[in-house]
Amino acid sequence: MSNAGVTIAFYVLAVVVLGSTISVVTVRNVFHAALYLVLSFIGVAGLYITLSADFVAAVQILIYAGAVAILFVFAVMLTHGPEQASQNNRLRAPAFFVAALLFATLAMVMVNTTWSVNMIDAPVTDTPTKIAELLLGSRNAAGELLSSGFVLPFEVASVLLLAAMVGAIVVARED
Amino acid sequence: MAIGLDHFLVLSAAMFSIGLVGALSKRNAVVILMCIEIMLNAVNVAMVAFSRYVTPVALTGQVFAIFIMTVAAAEAAVGLALIIAVYRQRQTVDVQQIDLMKW
Repeated sequence: MSNAGVTIAFYVLAVVVLGSTISVVTVRNVFHAALYLVLSFIGVAGLYITLSADFVAAVQILIYAGAVAILFVFAVMLTHGPEQASQNNRLRAPAFFVAALLFATLAMVMVNTTWSVNMIDAPVTDTPTKIAELLLGSRNAAGELLSSGFVLPFEVASVLLLAAMVGAIVVARED
Repeated sequence: MAIGLDHFLVLSAAMFSIGLVGALSKRNAVVILMCIEIMLNAVNVAMVAFSRYVTPVALTGQVFAIFIMTVAAAEAAVGLALIIAVYRQRQTVDVQQIDLMKW
């Protein structure tokens, strides 16, 4: 990742993501906060593309910028009330202090650690196939199982999604 | 100057901290859920960056990011359903007024 285009893209996307996340926290109007949240999701999808994670970027756009954003817009619309403004509680100063401390600690540790960086210029190009093999296991040409991958977590995730769907319907139902 | 792993990790830490400020200091429950989504997104950025820089062929970090997205989507759905149920009962989403279980 040595070309200048990726560097420029990273800094532009970083400014977009940080600016929109700061706006989510600072704007008064909850609906505007939801729109800034969508902007930050799209910026994060761009960051995934600079990391050559095209499948995750597509999933980010579909799930976050699509489904989750619609959910938030609906929630803002349905909870329209006099206190719709996004106000702060009295913990603002301590919260800012704690978060600044956390950021300083994390940044210091992350910069000072020598990660075992294994940078190659051409990573996997066909990421959906590779991710499907990791999720669902892979077989060789003779049909023998090479690895079972993350089949069990995958099934647990699908059960979790089903439980969340049923739970959301039951909780939000009238009466 | 080439972009390294550190750049993505520091960006991820900044996103996480901004989300933490919002989650701790906001009064509107919907905004608190938004900030939790930002924090989960920050972790995903770190996951995918590790996947790209440390294990570029294995792609395990991207699979973890997809699992985090699954859990985040489930959490958003249930959380917003809870907020709407509470709003229907008490006509507010201000977490300082939802204090029925506070002692």
